[in-house]
Amino acid sequence: MIPLSHFLIVAALLFAISIAGMILNRKNVLILLMCIEMMLLAVNLNFIAFSHYLGDMAGQVFVFFILTVAAAEAAIGLAILVVLFRNRRTINVEQLDAMKG
Amino acid sequence: MTFEQIIFYLFSAVLVAAAVGMVTVRSPVYAALCLILSFFTSAALWLLLEAEFLGLVLVLVYVGAVMVLFLFVIMMLDLNTDPLKEGLVKHAPVGFVVAAVIAVEMILVLQSAPFQIATPLNPAPANNTEALGAILYTDYVYPFEIAAVILVVAIIAAITLTLRRRPDSRKQDISQQVQVKRADRVRLVKMKAETKEQA
Repeated sequence: MIPLSHFLIVAALLFAISIAGMILNRKNVLILLMCIEMMLLAVNLNFIAFSHYLGDMAGQVFVFFILTVAAAEAAIGLAILVVLFRNRRTINVEQLDAMKG
Repeated sequence: MTFEQIIFYLFSAVLVAAAVGMVTVRSPVYAALCLILSFFTSAALWLLLEAEFLGLVLVLVYVGAVMVLFLFVIMMLDLNTDPLKEGLVKHAPVGFVVAAVIAVEMILVLQSAPFQIATPLNPAPANNTEALGAILYTDYVYPFEIAAVILVVAIIAAITLTLRRRPDSRKQDISQQVQVKRADRVRLVKMKAETKEQA
C-alpha cells in the first residue's frame, strides 16, 4: 500500500512548483491564473488523500466546493483579463500601474 | 512493487513533470496544455484514492470547461509574449530557491508520525457518488446552495464585465419595430401617369 505521506509529498511538490511559477512568470497574468489553479489542485489532492486515509467524506465535500469557487474565480478572472486587454492592449503586470498602488 | 504503486509513481512523475513544464514553457498555449495534462493525471490519482466522482468532475469541469475557457482567451487575445517572458531567466534562481525551501520544509514536516498511515482507517464506501450525495444534500445543503449562488454571481459578473455596447453594431429593437405607425413607413406620392414616350 502507498502511505498517506507520499500523496502529501506529491501535493507539496505541486504547490512549490506553482509558487516558483508565480515568481518566474510574474509578468503574464494568464500564467499567474494558471498557477493559482495548480495550487488549488495541490490543496484538493491533500483534501482527497486525507479523506481517503481517515475515512471521512467531508474532505471530498470540501473539494467539491473548492472546485466550484475555483471555476467561478477563473471565469471572473478571465473576464477581467479580456476587459483589461481591450482597454490597455497589454496583460503585462508591470505596465498595469494605473492605480499607483 | 504492486500495481497500485506502479500507477501511483508513474502518474505522480507525469504530474510533477507537467507542472514543471507549465511554469517553464514560453508559450501560454503550451502552458495551458501542460496544465490540462496535470489535471488528467491528478484525476487518475484521485481515482486511485477512490474519489471517483470528483475525479470525473475534475476531467469534465476543469479540462472540459475551465481550460477550454483559458485556451479561448489565450487565442482570442493577440498577445505579444516576448516582453512577458523576458524576466524568466533573471528570476529563475530566486524562484528555484523559494520553491526548494518550501518543498523541503513541507517534506520534512510530512516525515512525522501522524502522516505515516499506510492503510485507510475506515473502509471507503462502496459507492462514492452515493455517499457524497448523501451528505452533500443533508449536512451540507446550505453550503451547496451558497455554491450555486456563487456560480450565478460568477456568470452575471463575467457577462456584465465583457458586455460592450457598440454604437456601430446593427441589431433589432423589437419595441421600436412594434410601435411603428403606417405614416412612418408608407409615403403616398402624387404624380402623373407615365406614357410610353417618356419612358
